[in-house]
Amino acid sequence: METILFLAHTEADGTLAPAALEALGTATSLNTSLANARFIVGLLGENVTPAAQQIASCGAAKFLGVSGADFAPARYASDATAAAALCQAAEATLVVAPATSRFNRCLPGVAQRVGGRADTHVTQVRATADQVSVSRWYYRQRMEGTHTRTQRPWFILVDPGTHPAWTGAAATVAVEPVAVTLEDAAKRTTVTGFRTPAADAQTIRPDASLLLVAGAGWTKKQADGQTHVPEAEQLILDFLRLTRASLGSTKSLVDLGGEGQAVLSFLSHLNQIGQTGATPRHPKGLSTCCHGEEPHTVGWRFINERRAISLDPNCSWARGKADVLYVADAFAVMRKVNELLAA
Amino acid sequence: MSIAYQIVVCGSIVPDPLQTLTPVTGPTGPGLKNEMMLPAWLDPWAGHALYEAAHLAKNQPGSKVWLVSLGPKAKLQQVMMTVAQKVPFELIALDGAAGGFTDAAETAAALAEAIAALPGLDRSKLLVFGGWESASRGAGATLQILAEHLGITDVFMGVDELKVEADGTLEILERIEGGRHQVSRCSGAPAVLGWATGNLPEPKNNPQIGMTNMRGVMPALQKARSVTVGATGVTFAEVVLPQQQRQTRIVKDAAPDDIAREIVDWIKQ
Ligand SMILES: Cc1cc2nc3c(=O)[nH]c(=O)nc-3n(C[C@H](O)[C@H](O)[C@H](O)COP(=O)(O)OP(=O)(O)OC[C@H]3O[C@@H](n4cnc5c(N)ncnc54)[C@H](O)[C@@H]3O)c2cc1C
Repeated sequence: METILFLAHTEADGTLAPAALEALGTATSLNTSLANARFIVGLLGENVTPAAQQIASCGAAKFLGVSGADFAPARYASDATAAAALCQAAEATLVVAPATSRFNRCLPGVAQRVGGRADTHVTQVRATADQVSVSRWYYRQRMEGTHTRTQRPWFILVDPGTHPAWTGAAATVAVEPVAVTLEDAAKRTTVTGFRTPAADAQTIRPDASLLLVAGAGWTKKQADGQTHVPEAEQLILDFLRLTRASLGSTKSLVDLGGEGQAVLSFLSHLNQIGQTGATPRHPKGLSTCCHGEEPHTVGWRFINERRAISLDPNCSWARGKADVLYVADAFAVMRKVNELLAA
Repeated sequence: MSIAYQIVVCGSIVPDPLQTLTPVTGPTGPGLKNEMMLPAWLDPWAGHALYEAAHLAKNQPGSKVWLVSLGPKAKLQQVMMTVAQKVPFELIALDGAAGGFTDAAETAAALAEAIAALPGLDRSKLLVFGGWESASRGAGATLQILAEHLGITDVFMGVDELKVEADGTLEILERIEGGRHQVSRCSGAPAVLGWATGNLPEPKNNPQIGMTNMRGVMPALQKARSVTVGATGVTFAEVVLPQQQRQTRIVKDAAPDDIAREIVDWIKQ
């Protein structure tokens, strides 16, 4: 018999983010599929009451909580202590949690602490009456594997955007507090704040329906023998403003900055897509001035519809990596695209 | 106050990203076709961790950098030929499997044992670095498990910046959702940091550093302890290579205005 613990941390306002509700959807469907499972909710954060109320009707037998100011920040030592306590109080054998940066940081360590194992970046969870299996990607989204595990507790961190979110009515519910005392050693770290790019540099928008990728071609010499970096910047920023698209980049383009060449001022390594960058999820992606090499396109694994604009008819996008390749000057095309979007 | 840190970088090898990878199933579970023949690289994020470690060691006189690397000995040797030319370090090699289908928990246990056995280890000066995720397993789990083994509870993942303040406090920037960074202050070592890209370019090859490093690298490889790293308790049902090939429609010789119209229609669909 499995005891499923849905484990989540609250947001600053005490509620659960979409990623947590997606993991909850996964946990409730496990609860339905597995025979004789118990289902418990464990919440951690400064104040967990709003979150518990938000998901009161999810069918959990119990709501456990670790709360207090010590558990507001995303800090390994306090998060690990709280999560381990919740796991032990629930006597969990399966722990389903969202793969947020906060939980990716601490839960693999918690699994070790409570004698279990963790699987991170899980994209699919399946269950029969007596067996659970998970799927995840290997070699930077090159191949997908499905496995089962004998170790318990088994922590399953569900990647955001891979599962439908749980929906249900809010209600009042009692949260059983799990007492946790933090030793001073757990307070050696203080979260002092967040660094957010300036408004027009806030170009990474995980929820956008479109990804725009800018490649190194934007900074290269064009037909007239000149570079046109300021115009490239303007075209890209205008497009982002008009479409609310998220901005991705190739490694070559962001690396140029480190080499002292002219680059687009709003780009950083955080925008990089690919082998050593991100693998975002968007329904559509438009690549511009990029060659579409494999180390870049592995980051497009979860982009469904793909189009590319490149001067090179033999670029990798032409070889089955995009649905449509426009062999054209991206400056001319994007100028017109922006004009049409603004009209 | 300048602290002489003991910086231990955990980093292994991965196949060259330009290679075609094909999964195969062997007696012990999945692996890669011709795994031992594929050209290998230092795992990229671990590489950034190594360059950051060397940079920190340079700014904190008396600091020392170890590179603890678990992988098949012959492959490690190949990769070290280039890595050794980048920055000064002492290699601790462990001979074992480094593929993506091994369990992070087993890798972490082997690494922790090697770190705990380092001669003269002083936990008050210990900074354990690594890549926040490997380009093989991609789990982002090894360093936290390692931290638990070593009893270190200050752990940072997706690190892009580490600053040592005058009083020895560490200021750390970690990647979080939405292209933002979380800023933390940690009172000092010991700490575990899983690096993202950081801020340093890849150092140019320096034959002099290479010569000095290789004097230690070869003996380290010769005495590399063999460790068993697998995925006990895990049964793979399948590993598949999803078809990514699309039927690309190539639009040539079209006017930019027409292309723009088509793109705008597509965006608005
Ligand atoms: C270990 C390793 C890890 C890597 N990780 C990554 C990664 O995470 N992400 C990544 O992106 N790369 C990665 N790379 C690098 C990758 O192999 C490519 O070198 C890189 O993606 C190329 O970037 P690019 O297409 O922007 O540049 P280029 O290859 O320079 O291509 C520029 C393109 O722009 C086109 N162009 C120029 N002007 C115009 C114009 N006016 N209109 C239209 N098109 C134009 C050109 O025709 C060309 O196709 C990695 C490489 C290695 C070895």
